[in-house]
Amino acid sequence: MVTDTTTSPISVKGLLTQFGSNVVHQDLDFDVGQGEIVGLVGGSGTGKSVLMNTMLGLKSPEGGEILYFGKPRNDLSETEEQRLRNEIGVLFQGGALFSSLTVRENVMVPMIEHFDMPKQLMRELADMKIHMVGLPPESATLYPSDLSGGMKKRAGLARSLALDPQILFLDEPTAGLDPVGADAFDKLILSLRDAMDLTVLMITHDLDSLYAICDRVAVLVDKKIGVYDRLEVVEQYDHPWVQEYFGGPRSRSGNAQKARRKESAETSGGVSKVVAEQ
Amino acid sequence: MPAQYSLTEVDSRLIVKAQGQWTVKTVSSVYERLEGDYKASEYETVEFDLSGVEALDTAGAFLLTKAVRVNDVCKGWTLVEGSDGYRTLLRVAADCQLGDPPKRPAQWFDALDRVGRATLRFWEEVYSTMAFVGQFFAMFLRVLLRPSKLRIKSIVALMEEVGLDAAPIVAVLAFAIGSVIAYMGANLLGQLGFSVFMVDLVGFSILRELAVVITAILIAGRSASAFTAQIGAMKMRQEIDAMTVMGLDTFETLVVPRAIACLLTLPILTFLAMMSGILGGLLVAWLTTEQISPVLFFNRLQETVGIQHFWVGMVKAPFFAIVIAVIGCRQGLAVSGSVESLGSRVTTSVVQAIFAVILIDALFAIFFYQLGV
Repeated sequence: MVTDTTTSPISVKGLLTQFGSNVVHQDLDFDVGQGEIVGLVGGSGTGKSVLMNTMLGLKSPEGGEILYFGKPRNDLSETEEQRLRNEIGVLFQGGALFSSLTVRENVMVPMIEHFDMPKQLMRELADMKIHMVGLPPESATLYPSDLSGGMKKRAGLARSLALDPQILFLDEPTAGLDPVGADAFDKLILSLRDAMDLTVLMITHDLDSLYAICDRVAVLVDKKIGVYDRLEVVEQYDHPWVQEYFGGPRSRSGNAQKARRKESAETSGGVSKVVAEQ
Repeated sequence: MPAQYSLTEVDSRLIVKAQGQWTVKTVSSVYERLEGDYKASEYETVEFDLSGVEALDTAGAFLLTKAVRVNDVCKGWTLVEGSDGYRTLLRVAADCQLGDPPKRPAQWFDALDRVGRATLRFWEEVYSTMAFVGQFFAMFLRVLLRPSKLRIKSIVALMEEVGLDAAPIVAVLAFAIGSVIAYMGANLLGQLGFSVFMVDLVGFSILRELAVVITAILIAGRSASAFTAQIGAMKMRQEIDAMTVMGLDTFETLVVPRAIACLLTLPILTFLAMMSGILGGLLVAWLTTEQISPVLFFNRLQETVGIQHFWVGMVKAPFFAIVIAVIGCRQGLAVSGSVESLGSRVTTSVVQAIFAVILIDALFAIFFYQLGV
C-alpha cells in the first residue's frame, strides 16, 4: 500500500458503539501518528477491546468511521481491504497461535496465503522473524503447546510481523509475563518500532510499560477518549479514575521507573542501543 | 521498479549495488539468482550501496545480507550508501540465526513403526479403561453406601438430557426398525403362506435384541460424546484441577451422577423402544396383509413370544448404560490441553462405546444360548 506519511495511519472519527441500549463509545475521536507508540488505558468494561476490534474490522461500528491512511475503511474495495490487512499486524492476548502448526508454520501462514514465493525463502524469512522477536532458533520447529506464556507471545508477535506491517496492534502484550520478561518485551517492541518504522497501538494495564515505551497515552473514560497526550500531561488530568490509576498504590513502581529513566536519559544514547544488542 | 542488483568484486570486497523495491512482495524474483551469485563470488567483506533502493523491508534486508551467511570466510559488512533505517534493518537481518531445517521426510519403515505404536496404544487403552472401570465401581459402591453423597439434582438434570431429550428419536427409530422387520416378514413368509409368523419375527427380534441395541447405540452416539465434550472442556479450562484442589472427587461429582442417570434412563428408553417397535410391526402387519388384525397380532404375540424374551432384552440395558457412561467420562478425563485432543477423544469415545455395546451384546447372546433361554 502506498503510504501517505502526512495523514495519520489510523484515525477514528465520531465513533458510536452500542450493544442493545448499552452505549459503549459515543463521539469518540482518536488518531495515531506515524511511527508512534500509543498506549490505550481505561478501567475494566470501558470498551478498550471493543475499540480495538472495531478498528480491526472484527466489529462494525453503529456510527462514525475508521480511517486508515486517510481513507474510510468502509469505502475500501475488496482488494484494497486485503492490502490494508497485510499492513496490519495484531498480537492477541494469548498469542492466538494455531495449535496444529509449528511456530515456523504459524509465521509462514500469512506469507503462504498472500504471496507467491519459494517455500525455502518463506521458511528463512519466518526463521528471521522468530529470531527478531528473541526466540531461540530451536523454537521454530516446536508446537505452541510446548511454549511458555512469554514465548507464545513472542511467537504471536513474530507472526504478526510476518508481512512487515506498518501498523501493529497489541492487546495486553505484557499481561501474564514476569517483570523481567515484561521489560524485555517492552524493549523488543521499541527496537522493532525503530527497525521497521512501525506504528504501534497497545492496550495495556501495565504502568511500567506505559512509562517505558509509550510516546502518548490515551485514556478511555466516560465513553470517549478523555485525555490523549504525553504521560506527564495525562498524569495531571483531573478525572477521578485517572487520578486513582496514576496515583494509586500500584503506580509506585511506575514512578520509581520514571525517576530512573530521567537519570539514564542523559547518559545513554537512547533506543538504538537496544537494537544493537539484539 | 522491481528489485535489481549488480555485484562487483574489488580486491576481497564485494560491492552490492541494489536498486528498486526490495520488499516481501518483490524479492522472490531475485531470490535464487542472488543466492547463486553470492555463492559464486569470492570475498571477505561486503559493502552495500543502497542509494537506488526505493523501499526496503526485513525480507529485502534478509536477502541482501545473505552475502554474510552463504560465505564462511565473510568477516563483516558495511553500508556505504543508504539511510540509518536501512542500516538498522540490515543489522537485524545480518545477525539473525535460522532454526533447524524441517524434520526428515518419511522413511520406509514408518508404516511398521506406526503399526507398533498403534498396537501399544491399543493395549494401554484397554488397560486404562479396565483400571477406570475398577475405580468407578469402587467409588460407585461407596456412594451407594452413603446415599447422602448422591447428587440428586445433577442426576435428575442429566436424566432429562440423556433420557427425556432422546425419547422422541429412540421411539421413531425403533418404530422404523419394527416396520422394516415386519415388511421383510411379509415379503419372505408371505410367499410361503406363513405370514402369521411375522408376528413371531417382530416380537423375537425387537424384544430380544433390536430395541435394546438400537437404544444403546443411539445413547452411545448422543450421550457418550456429550459426556466427553463436557468433561473434556472442563479439563481444558482447569475446572477439574480446581475441583481436585478443593477436595471434590471427580468420580463422585462427575462420573457417578452420569452413570446413575444412564442406569435409570436406558431401561426406560429400551422399554419405549420395544413398545414403539412392536407398534411399527403391528401397523405394517395390519396394513400389508389384511389378515393380521391388531387383536390377532397380540394374541399370537402372547401365545408364542414368552415374557422371558422381554427380560432377555431388558436385562442388558443396565450393562450398556454403565459401559456408555464410563467410556464417555473416561475419554473426557483423558483430554489434554489442546483442541485436537478434545476432538479426537470425542470420536474415540463414540467408537469405543458402540464397539463395547455390540461386543457385550454378542457375549450375552452366547450366554443366553448356553442357558437355553
